Amino acid sequence: MKIFVGVDLGSTTTKAVLLDEHGEPVGRGITNSRSNYEVASRVARQEALVTARFNLVRAALAADPELESVAEGFLPLLERTFRREQYREQLERLRVELQSAARRDRHREIHGELRDLVDRIVAEMDELAGRHYGALAVRKSDFFRDLAGADYMILAERYARPGEIEFETLSGLFDRAILPVENSVSETSVEDLVGRALDAALTTAPSGGQGETERLAVAVDEARSTRIEEVSSVGTGYGRQRLPFPKEQIRSEILCHGLGAHVMFPATRTVLDIGGQDTKAIQVDENGIVTSFQMNDRCAAGCGRYLGYIADEMNLGVHELGPLAQQATTCVKINSTCTVFAGAELRERLSLGQKREDILAGLHRAIVLRAMSLLARSGGVEEEFTFTGGVARNPAAVAALHQLVAENYGERTVNISPDSIYTGALGAALFALSAERKAA
Amino acid sequence: MSPETGAPPREIPKERSMLLQKEMIAGHYQDLASAPETGRKVVYTFVPGNLTELMRSFDVLPVLPEINALQSGMRKLSGDYISEAEKQGHSEDVCTYVKCDIGMLKQGNVGPTGQPLPEPDLLLLSYTGCFTFMKWFELLRQEYDCPVAMLHVPYQADGTIHDHHRAYVVEQLESEIIPKLEQVTGQQFDEDRLRAELELSAVAEDDLVWVLESAKNVPSPIDAYFGGVYYIGPMFTAFRGTQEGVDYYRTLRAEIEERLAAGRGPITPDGELEEERYRLVLEGPPNWTSFRDFWRMFSEEGAVVVASSYTKVGGLYDRGFRHDPSRPLETLADYCMGCYTNLGLPSRVDLIADYIREYRADGFMINSVKSCNSFSVGQLLMLRQLEERTGVPGGFIESDLVDPRYFSAANIKNRIESYLQMLEQKRGTAA
Repeated sequence: MKIFVGVDLGSTTTKAVLLDEHGEPVGRGITNSRSNYEVASRVARQEALVTARFNLVRAALAADPELESVAEGFLPLLERTFRREQYREQLERLRVELQSAARRDRHREIHGELRDLVDRIVAEMDELAGRHYGALAVRKSDFFRDLAGADYMILAERYARPGEIEFETLSGLFDRAILPVENSVSETSVEDLVGRALDAALTTAPSGGQGETERLAVAVDEARSTRIEEVSSVGTGYGRQRLPFPKEQIRSEILCHGLGAHVMFPATRTVLDIGGQDTKAIQVDENGIVTSFQMNDRCAAGCGRYLGYIADEMNLGVHELGPLAQQATTCVKINSTCTVFAGAELRERLSLGQKREDILAGLHRAIVLRAMSLLARSGGVEEEFTFTGGVARNPAAVAALHQLVAENYGERTVNISPDSIYTGALGAALFALSAERKAA
Repeated sequence: MSPETGAPPREIPKERSMLLQKEMIAGHYQDLASAPETGRKVVYTFVPGNLTELMRSFDVLPVLPEINALQSGMRKLSGDYISEAEKQGHSEDVCTYVKCDIGMLKQGNVGPTGQPLPEPDLLLLSYTGCFTFMKWFELLRQEYDCPVAMLHVPYQADGTIHDHHRAYVVEQLESEIIPKLEQVTGQQFDEDRLRAELELSAVAEDDLVWVLESAKNVPSPIDAYFGGVYYIGPMFTAFRGTQEGVDYYRTLRAEIEERLAAGRGPITPDGELEEERYRLVLEGPPNWTSFRDFWRMFSEEGAVVVASSYTKVGGLYDRGFRHDPSRPLETLADYCMGCYTNLGLPSRVDLIADYIREYRADGFMINSVKSCNSFSVGQLLMLRQLEERTGVPGGFIESDLVDPRYFSAANIKNRIESYLQMLEQKRGTAA
């Protein structure tokens, strides 16, 4: 299978999309951008390759009508098994790094105890891993840093011994150890990990009889042996200058978002993207070609990071903000969408006795008002209107946008894809594909 | 005074005109530094609508505060000066040229060449199209306690200089400006001398126009914005009406003629441009604190600015204006009223639309500087109108004149690249 890769390196997350030679999406992956863009881009691409391999398995199973009943259970099992294997592999790397951090000179008086405690914590984390990837598990995040970090902190709090081994010492070890784990790519190749997961899933899959098990093994083997050949790739996004691609393989995220939105919703004429660091208002023609755009000035006021700060201030997850704001009974007028002043304004409002949800409703409206200004500058909101970027997953922002678009431009079809976070990467992959077609 | 003095551009191959300009500027600052000893009178004045020939006819030396500010920007000193001015109580939204100048003053008034600048004997405000200029000189008057001469310059709302406008300005020249200059210098106004200087101006102006219009060639031998700010230096400042100015433009023109004949591209911070990929018209002043980085964002993509409005702040010579010795005061009046920022928005749109057509531009870009109202007011409106009128897409970036805090390299680079890729993509579908 020939594939074309698009990587969108954002300030918060890095996304990869794989297209086959017909332009069909065959895989996609996402990871946190961390402080190392090159690693983030490699991880996102690996993740996309994993889903591509799973999709091959899905296709192989679907090709055999006799496997219909097995396929339903096998694929989720395969994915869970893979994730658990992957998590454990990262956990082992974390253990090594924690041990190395514990050996530092500043801990010399508690070396022995600290190292024993680290091993104990990691062993318990390993047990918890099974729970994260159980059939009915709900995970708050798919990123190792978040999952492992949450478990580690709970255990660190439990086992810290004030006066001997402080919680701060343990949390400091984690902060130190997680960086190298995140900033290196596993030596175990993805194909190996997928292979191990396939083997494990085959042995644990509920048997549907001898014939079925054999057919399953044949189908899996076929999917496993298909060669995935990467033809070309294009990078985009905030960190695109640092992508390990030559210059001609780098496209502006504005063009990629325009094209990606066009492919997702072909009647799109206006695109709004609110990402972590910037907001872009884009007008495209009937072919998805950008005709005009505006983006926010140098500061990230009113972008995704702003919501991130607010969430931190309120001690909430960023995904909890929107639903909370939707419980508002009134919308507080917020003056500043300045990310730097966000905390101060929030505390001031709270001290005035205003309700958290009402303030949040105001904050969401303020963000969208800022985006409306960019939209107006770029040429308005034309039919159809597509909203992309991380903030498009926030229901309160979406509701405010619907309302303000209707007030200012009348009724518009507002498209939001559940996969909108991949819009830029999809556009980039399309650029890779079309460059190949032009060359051919 | 061009940006040349402060930070000698090591990477740029030196042409004779560059060295010449550098010498001229060094000489001028030397004259200024020694003014207290030589007794020459010093007048502070601004670039738009400057009355250089008239001042020269009285033997006074001009100091141009906004040139000093942009020089400080290029030499990375403006950040400190601006902080100094903010400490004095000037707000963050005030024009950063003003704050840079005030800060420089507070820190000893040392000019771009490292020599001290003399105090003014007169503040000559000969252009009121920028309201900030008036406030700026109010602040300087407080500092120096010297006389001020103000010439009120009518705005060209309908794009035309009417006779009554001209008569109004000439009347002020006769009753206000010339008497003040006579009073300060103790010299009588010498109209013949003024005529002789105006004649020299016109010669140099012809050559400047030839240089700027060489960009109509495809590919262009010059960059009319990043290179252009060097080309306009002597013309917009202390050297109009001098033989030095005439010689400089003769030399420059000969160089560009040679460049054109040899099919060589414009000079960039990294040497000669090899391939012209995009031809752009640029509206708005450049950023000075990251001038070279800003320039590279264009040159590295093969984008050449073929015409710009900023290089017309000291006069629209390419639209036919010449200093005319046969009507000395009237010509000065026309000059004061004819600079780019004195034009109403419809005239600015007309001008840029003409540039896009005449210079066969692929696109136009606006660098918006929020603290410079002379430029920024109405720019988005202009963008829309220009797009509609020419069918050529516009790009929009935001930076500042000399406040280094307001230059976000990643953001600006992102927008420029996105814009150029958009042009490329359009070209691809058109083909």
